[in-house]
This record gives sequence, C-alpha cells and structure tokens, in this order.
Amino acid sequence: MRTRPLPSLALLLLCGGCAGWQSALDPQGPSAQALGQLLHGFVLVLAAIWLAVLVVLAVALRRRSRATPQAADRHAGIAVGTACVATVLVITGLTLASYVTTRVISAGAEAPLVVRVRALQWWWEVTYPGEAGPDVVTANEIRIPAGRPVRIELSAADVIHSFWVPNLAGKQDLIPGRDNVLTLTARRPGQYRGQCAEFCGMQHAHMAFMVIAEPPEAFAAWRAAQQADSAAPAGAEEAFGRQVFEQKPCGACHTVRGTEARGTNGPDLTHLASRATLAAGMLPMTRGALAAWIADPQTIKPGNNMPMVPLTPAELQAVSAWLATLR
Amino acid sequence: MDRVGGWKDGVVLAVVLPALVLLGGCRLEDRETRPDPPVAQALGQVALMPNGIGGSPPEVYAALGRPYRESAFHLSQGKRLYEWFGCQACHADGQGGSGPSLIDGWWNYGPDLPTLYTTIHDGRPGGMPAFRDRMTRDQIWQLAAYVQAMGAYTGSLAAPGRSDRPQTRPAENRLPAASAPLR
Repeated sequence: MRTRPLPSLALLLLCGGCAGWQSALDPQGPSAQALGQLLHGFVLVLAAIWLAVLVVLAVALRRRSRATPQAADRHAGIAVGTACVATVLVITGLTLASYVTTRVISAGAEAPLVVRVRALQWWWEVTYPGEAGPDVVTANEIRIPAGRPVRIELSAADVIHSFWVPNLAGKQDLIPGRDNVLTLTARRPGQYRGQCAEFCGMQHAHMAFMVIAEPPEAFAAWRAAQQADSAAPAGAEEAFGRQVFEQKPCGACHTVRGTEARGTNGPDLTHLASRATLAAGMLPMTRGALAAWIADPQTIKPGNNMPMVPLTPAELQAVSAWLATLR
Repeated sequence: MDRVGGWKDGVVLAVVLPALVLLGGCRLEDRETRPDPPVAQALGQVALMPNGIGGSPPEVYAALGRPYRESAFHLSQGKRLYEWFGCQACHADGQGGSGPSLIDGWWNYGPDLPTLYTTIHDGRPGGMPAFRDRMTRDQIWQLAAYVQAMGAYTGSLAAPGRSDRPQTRPAENRLPAASAPLR
C-alpha cells in the first residue's frame, strides 16, 4: 500500500498544538487543569463509543442473520433499547462532569488579589486597585503573584471581547454593560500568553496580552515601583521629548503620571518601558520600535485608534528616547 | 469525464448564481485609516469667509471624494471622538447644556463642514475650546462630520455605529428631522 505523505504530515502538524506556549493542553493552574481533565475525559469516552460503534457495524456487516422474522424483530428491539439507554447514560454522565467542572472553576477564592481588566479595541487596560497606595494602571501585561488566586474583574468599553489565557483558565467574555469575573491561579512563576478570543474588529488578531506570574516578593516590588510617578527626564533630549509629548496630541489620550499628560483614552504610559511589548503584543519594547510605532501606527496596526501625529524627525527621536526611559 | 446533463445546468442557475450574487453583499466599506502625510497636512487648508462663517473646504477634500460625511467608518470614528474629547461635558448627547444644542437646527456659525472644522480646530468665543493641539486634522474632520450628521435635516445612507446605552435623543440615522421632530 502506498502511503500518502500529505495527510500524514498534516496529522503531525496537529501534534504541534500540544506544545506548552498558549496551549490548553499544558495546564499551569487549577482552573486550566480541571478543564484539561474534562477535555481528556470527553475525548476518551467519545473515542471509546466511536470504536464500539465501528466494531458493532463491522460485525453486523459481516454476519448473515439466520433468525426468523419474529426473532429479528426482537433482536432489533433489544439493540435499539440498549443504544437508547447507553446514550442517556453517557449524556447524563458527561453533563454531570461538565457541571462539576464548571462549579469548580467558577468557585471564588479566599483573599484573592483583585485585578480589573477592561478590554478596548484593540488592547487591554489593567488596573490594580490601590492597596496602601494609588491604583496601578498598566496595559497588555498582567503581573500576578504565583500561587495566590487572582480575581479578574472583566469589563469592556466598546464591543464584546473574550479573555483567554489557555494555560491558566478557560475563556470569559467581556461584555459592555455587564461585569464578569474570572478567578485564576498560576501554580509557578512563568509567562503565559493570552489572546482575545471573540472577534472584535479589524485588529482582533493583534489583541494579545501576557500574564507574568512572579514570586510574591518580586510582585510586591514591581507593584511598589509601578505606584511611583514617572522618572524625571535624564538628559536634554529626553526633556525635549517630554515637552513634545505634553504639547502635541499625545497627552490628550495618554497619561504619564508626573507630567501634564493626563488623557484617558489610550494606555497609561507612566511605566511604558517596563512592559515587554508594545501595541498589545505586536512589537518588542525597544526605542526603535517605539519610534516606528509613533511615526506610523496605522501601517503597523491598521484601524487602531492611535492617529498618525505629524512630528518632525527631531521630535520623533526625542519622544521615543524619552518614552524608552519610562521604566 | 462527467456527462453534463441539463439538470446540472439547472442546479447551477438555481443555486450557484444566486449565491454568487449574494456574495456581492459581503463587500466591506473601504476604510481610509491612514491619510498620507501630505494629504493630512493639506486637510488643514480651510478657506473661511472673513467673518469666520462659511467657506470652502481644502481642495484635497474634493480630490479625496468628500469622504468624511459619506463614510460610516469616519462617522463612527467621529462618534468615538465626541465621547473621547469630552464634548458631552458641554453639549450633552447633542441637546446642549452649558454649550449650545447641536440638534436643534440652529447653528451659530453655520452648518457647513469647513465652519464646523474651524470651530473645533480654533475654538469660538464664549467657551468653545480649540482642539488643534489635542487632535489631528483627520480626527477633526471626522468629528466635524459626525456633529453635522447629528443635526442633519437631510437623510443619508451613511450612519455611525449604534450606541449600547439607552438613547437620550433620536439616533443619528433617523429619518430627517422634518418627519421625526426633535425636542
């Protein structure tokens, strides 16, 4: 028999889905684990049923029945009855398993860390309500202490989005006018990629975020650093950059605490350079990427709500230099 | 090779062709999200009458095909900007408050787009602030077109997106005001 290379290769490709990066098959927290077990349970039960049906079908096709018409009728009745009972049992069992899992993953937690996540086209605003200090507002990056449950309060500003970190929890929609809650725990420190999982417009595919779980001490240090105002400009170029930022339309939409910029329509940039990526996971956080993004955001991410603000080359250099220092 | 029977031609005519026709409805409105820098620059060249009321739009506006008032995308962006830049603080949802109403048909400086653009760009005496340092020219055109659409007395095929909040005033894509009186 000649093997066909293409379908076999396609099957091999599917195995790539089992890798750990943004995968529900590599659970790193109790919620994701419960869902993973449910998934495996369903696959096992349904695969067993499928095999059983195929075996019965094969036997039925090969065997010629020599029963009388009355006996054949009786046999058919028994077969249909058995199948009905088995179906009801299987569906009831799977429904119960599903229900129990839902109960487990939607149960609250004792003394969780509260994080508010607001989804906008096409980025995530992350707020840590003040615990002995001002609120911390950041974007597209959710730092959490490993091992401690986190209560994520979800809201949406414009259209329906969906919050999904496959390694840590299932999906939860963010719906304008309705507040949803998701509780998740990261068992160990690590970086877990998340992604909007509900089509939300032109740049839905570029609406990623990162959950970074750290040891509790590192998280506390990060939080304290984020509560501080932005650093003062280090040199003349940075000072000019800050001045441009305040005078041009930048400051009308972005907040940089410690400056005149107090806009609330775009992400808070007070500690922009402490984040790993720019524009919801699109670009690495470098001075060059910052300049490219500011120079022409509509070519990098067409349709996003950051306009192309006309700047001279010197202004662009200075603004990106200053932003790159906001650690 | 299949023999092509008459009934197959019938199937093609009855099913495939209508489906193809329906596909035509999937066309997305062209969204101009990035005006070329020289175009964006030229969008500021509004020529007003000496009294600051009425005038002509920049030549590039006609060259672009008068996009802002006739594109649902630009009107939706204008609606977003109306909320983002705090217009509601003085004009409410168009009914007016400490600022004048935008839907009562009375325009202190005229309802044409060049005038609305200039009003937003430069401000007006009596409390209307200038937004030239806070918005790009493209954004000001979008907002001006939205404000004009809000109080328009003629119907239009282009309308901004629907609000999720309860309506406090007729929707922008209502019939012209003559058949749906405003209060």
